[in-house]
Amino acid sequence: MAKVLIIGEHDGQTLNPATAKTVQGASGLGIDDIDIVLFGTALDDVAAQAAAVNGVSRVLTCVHDDFAHPLASRIAPEVAAIAGDYSHILTGSTTFGKDLLPRAAALIGVNQVSDIMEVIDARTFKRPIYAGNAIVTVEVPEGGPVVGTIRSASFAAAGEGGNAEISGLEPQAEDPGHTRFVRVEGSGGDGPDLASADVVVSGGRALGSADNFAIIFSLAQKMGAAVGASRAAVDAGYVPNELQVGQTGKIIAPDLYFAIGISGAIQHLTGIKDAGTIVAINKDADAPIFEIADFGLVGDLFELVPELEKAV
Amino acid sequence: MKILVTIKRVVDYNVRVRVKPDGSGVETDGVKMSINPFDEIALEEALRIKERGEAEEVVVVSIGGTEVQQQLRTGLAMGADRAIQVETDQAVQPLTAARTLLKLVEKEAPDIVFLGKQAIDDDCSQTGQMLAALWDRPQATFASRVELADGKATVTREVDAGLEVNEVDLPAVMTSDLRLNEPRFVKLPDIMKAKRKPLDTVPLADLGVDSPPDLVARTYEPPPRRGGGKMVGSVAELVGELKNKGLL
Repeated sequence: MAKVLIIGEHDGQTLNPATAKTVQGASGLGIDDIDIVLFGTALDDVAAQAAAVNGVSRVLTCVHDDFAHPLASRIAPEVAAIAGDYSHILTGSTTFGKDLLPRAAALIGVNQVSDIMEVIDARTFKRPIYAGNAIVTVEVPEGGPVVGTIRSASFAAAGEGGNAEISGLEPQAEDPGHTRFVRVEGSGGDGPDLASADVVVSGGRALGSADNFAIIFSLAQKMGAAVGASRAAVDAGYVPNELQVGQTGKIIAPDLYFAIGISGAIQHLTGIKDAGTIVAINKDADAPIFEIADFGLVGDLFELVPELEKAV
Repeated sequence: MKILVTIKRVVDYNVRVRVKPDGSGVETDGVKMSINPFDEIALEEALRIKERGEAEEVVVVSIGGTEVQQQLRTGLAMGADRAIQVETDQAVQPLTAARTLLKLVEKEAPDIVFLGKQAIDDDCSQTGQMLAALWDRPQATFASRVELADGKATVTREVDAGLEVNEVDLPAVMTSDLRLNEPRFVKLPDIMKAKRKPLDTVPLADLGVDSPPDLVARTYEPPPRRGGGKMVGSVAELVGELKNKGLL
């Protein structure tokens, strides 16, 4: 039975852009039937958004108090319980997807394909390994569904205009009771979301302090851009860690990326390789970032960044 | 309390790997190998828990050929009490690794199994979650802070939106994120001492693990190269170029 199940990600109000990107990835499978399942406590708004995504056939809403927070130990058995109806079970390669889907895959009894960047056919995919320094083409053997996460940076979001049928789904598993949500501490930034922004301005160690990072925030605000950072800047405490871009942070693909005071370690480059245009500003002309930058400018960032802010 | 820490031998994170010209894999011959950095962080956390008097024993586990004993010895030199090598000459994929670890968990009955959040070679980020599923226990993935009390762990997790705090009952599976801690350096006397610590070898075949069909790697290729960039001489020139491309 060739049917795709996508586990939708949302915060109770808004469908995460990763879900529409996963739909876009799934559309390359050559399978017309794509369902989105949502878990939550009040899903009317999010279900309407999911139903409007082009290419979606059905939206299944599983409503229960247990789903007030997306705990993998509670949701994975639900996914496994409905998996038998599907040939493909996919979700976005976000922290939600990375936490949840391997737990479901183990219950289903199959290996997972992580970070699918290209769909070759219904069972063959390309994915990056070694921090993006190699691309492997993997084939999923017969004998179980394809379970995989879709790399958001590799796919545009599927458009709107769909009109999928929405129906309820009863929970089938019980709360194991061993995992409890306590709280979330967000950075509460009011700029655009780093993972989906068209323009990202990132700063690195060369900023030198949290105070100096203000010139990055200021430039980003002027441009309507999201702010990112290298691991060095995060480790030094200049910015909170959810701004980290790279192999172990966020992997992003904005149209325009500014790397300011970032040398360009392999692990950082992994996070930005798919950006449309990369601009590097660095005082070291030999910094590896210039090898992948489309436009490079050598000089003191404390002079160049304010100048750039005035010019844009 | 007993803590089991998994260690994977991987190409050192500083090495820029190259794809073999025939596309059959990546060059690993003669390349420096190390403990997966996230596993080192997991081990460091386990050792700190033990040093606080909250655990009695830290056991390091690796799956692989004789060569993984090097990384297990390093783990012992960092401070682990004993090591287990699950011996196989085949590369194991995450579900087989999780099923193998479950066999050890049933035997060792640890209170915490600590893994890295991902291995930097296959970049899968699956094994911990899979083990937690098979064991039917909580998972606290991408942990950046762990506090233990009364048979429970309060774990701060690095998620896309910021930090999420969960409380889990023990036993539980945890996976380490980068900012959990700064792993210690190994000192020479500890390397000597580590040689006398117990390292048991168990053939994978003896554990009765049912291996699922593996994903089949067809070809390997280098990532697409970005086109040659252009150096500009001034902010004005940069802005001009970006305007030409319709980006500003």
